[in-house]
Amino acid sequence: MKYSVDENGFYGKFGGAYIPEMLHPNVEELRENYLKIMQSPDFQEELQALLKDYVGRPTPLYFAKRLSEKYNTQIYLKREDLNHTGAHKINNTVGQVLMAQRLGKKRIIAETGAGQHGVATATVCALMNLECIVYMGEVDILRQAPNVARMKMLGATVVPATSGSRTLKDATNEAIRDWINNPEDTYYIIGSVVGPHPYPDMVARFQAIISEEMKWQLKEKTGSENPNYVVACVGGGSNAAGAFYHYLDTPEVKLVAVEAAGMGVESGESAATSVLGKEGVIHGSRTLLMQTEDGQVTEPYSISAGLDYPGVGPMHAHLFESKRAIFENITDEEALQAVLELTRLEGIIPALESAHALAALSRIGAKPDDVVVVNLSGRGDKDLSTYLDRFQLNG
Amino acid sequence: MDNRIKTLFEQKPQGLLSVYFTAGYPNLEDTVPIILELEKNGVDLIEVGMPFSDPLADGPTIQQSSDIALRNGMTIPKLFEQLKNIRQQTQIPLVLMGYLNPVMQYGVERFCQKAQEIGIDGIILPDLPLSDYVREYKQVFEQHNLCKIFLVTPQTPEKRIREIDSHTNGFVYMVSSASTTGSTTGKAVANTDYFQRVRQMELRNPSLIGFGIHDNNTFSQACQHAKGAIIGSAFIKALAQEGTLQENIQSFIQRIRN
Ligand SMILES: Cc1ncc(COP(=O)(O)O)c(C=O)c1O
Repeated sequence: MKYSVDENGFYGKFGGAYIPEMLHPNVEELRENYLKIMQSPDFQEELQALLKDYVGRPTPLYFAKRLSEKYNTQIYLKREDLNHTGAHKINNTVGQVLMAQRLGKKRIIAETGAGQHGVATATVCALMNLECIVYMGEVDILRQAPNVARMKMLGATVVPATSGSRTLKDATNEAIRDWINNPEDTYYIIGSVVGPHPYPDMVARFQAIISEEMKWQLKEKTGSENPNYVVACVGGGSNAAGAFYHYLDTPEVKLVAVEAAGMGVESGESAATSVLGKEGVIHGSRTLLMQTEDGQVTEPYSISAGLDYPGVGPMHAHLFESKRAIFENITDEEALQAVLELTRLEGIIPALESAHALAALSRIGAKPDDVVVVNLSGRGDKDLSTYLDRFQLNG
Repeated sequence: MDNRIKTLFEQKPQGLLSVYFTAGYPNLEDTVPIILELEKNGVDLIEVGMPFSDPLADGPTIQQSSDIALRNGMTIPKLFEQLKNIRQQTQIPLVLMGYLNPVMQYGVERFCQKAQEIGIDGIILPDLPLSDYVREYKQVFEQHNLCKIFLVTPQTPEKRIREIDSHTNGFVYMVSSASTTGSTTGKAVANTDYFQRVRQMELRNPSLIGFGIHDNNTFSQACQHAKGAIIGSAFIKALAQEGTLQENIQSFIQRIRN
């Protein structure tokens, strides 16, 4: 079984580029050039230097002693929360902004859910002196206010998406419409392994640094490159794609993808696409999609803005169908408990998204000697007001 | 096999007016009355929009009409039900326009079969790429005598326009400028270089210009560069005016045709 993309942009039957003709020239330009550019020595040199000195890589692989005791297994946290701007998202935006420059684009657009991708995009645009417009659902603007403030501080324009559920899906619609209206000078920095080919593959390659580092870090710490489990949350699936990437063809490493169950998978308020979705087309990609019988996209729900999306990237749809990855889902309540647990056991406040991965620790059945890596995709600063409310720490 | 779109272009070579509306808007049962009224007012071709929750290529007007239509209960089965006797009432060429996902869920083959039974002449699915169409669906569409209509834009390279022209029939849908539907920034008919470039290519298929055509001025200018033009958002706005469907449609078409 092949888990990487094929020459037509498909992962098994998922993927492709289902885009209106207006986007064809831009997507085609990217498809023709992305590998050539990414593999060129000057690109790699610039990228690696930025990842090291600007982003702060390699991120630590931390043995979480007290958490390990609690779950009676060997737990390592891949500390993507320690990246500049506080999440894995910047691995991708640093890469894509260099791509945009190579393609001669002057104006950058992005969508964002939790605001981490928006902040990471605004950050690299400030660094490279590029105009930056970020689309964000109105609901997310309210629940992730600190990130909106950071984007403004960085000089980006934040445009509210007011249609549909006013969350990540709708922000993505608006970003795509912007691109249709500005085909000449604009580059769209997509924030996850979603969208038309080649985006899912390109974003996965930029995030693959996560598992590349994990391998040598594990080797140093445990004597083996391979853990028994890699656990990551899945919104669109970019941090999971990065954490899984170099283990895809190593079947003895179990890959655990954790989706947001919201109020519960059966509640009608959920974002657990692998359970609730069917094959469909969203944002230019054939993938699993939450939808009605008539093929209208269902509005998802999760407390976590970054996981509140009705689809998953095509690579994950393929990992699900081929059973290469195990899919779990975690409710709002379980994620919140995991936030408090990590905070009080290890002194690390995780993002709500990452907490979904942590909460799956009780589900995977790891044995005492098993090595489990949890990808801690981001830090919880953006979620503090939710935490103070929910944990009644306000006063 | 005869197809009403092909016949139309043979019989009327110039100044064609094609109108788009969203099925189920303003009211669920307006579909057939709107079609009949458009025909009565001398419209040449009608594009019936199948509403979708996430219409990527559409501006705010068609987004809103789609939302309302969906809330009114419009679905593909419902639309087919409404149209089932349409050919007893009118012979105007009819095109169904929508996004791929609802059609995929209905089943592409079943969709084509049903469309042919009803007497539909053409289909537009902007997010079905040419390569997938050719690989997976072309045979089905042709077997059911449906013209699959593709869009081209000012940024589409000549080679790809030729490729599209070779795989399509009916007409080539020339998107007037780089935009989503409903833009009235005046860009719509400004791109005369592009119109001329396409005209000089002498394609197999006739072409119609759409996106941003909204009044007599933009319509007549578009007609100078192609066989005719397509109006969508401006018509949907007209339907929202006070007055009956008949009044709104009549006065809108009169204003366009002048
Ligand atoms: C910290 C964090 N983790 C995870 C995600 C989910 O995205 P993805 O599935 O692409 O990793 C987000 C998205 O905003 C995020 O901010």
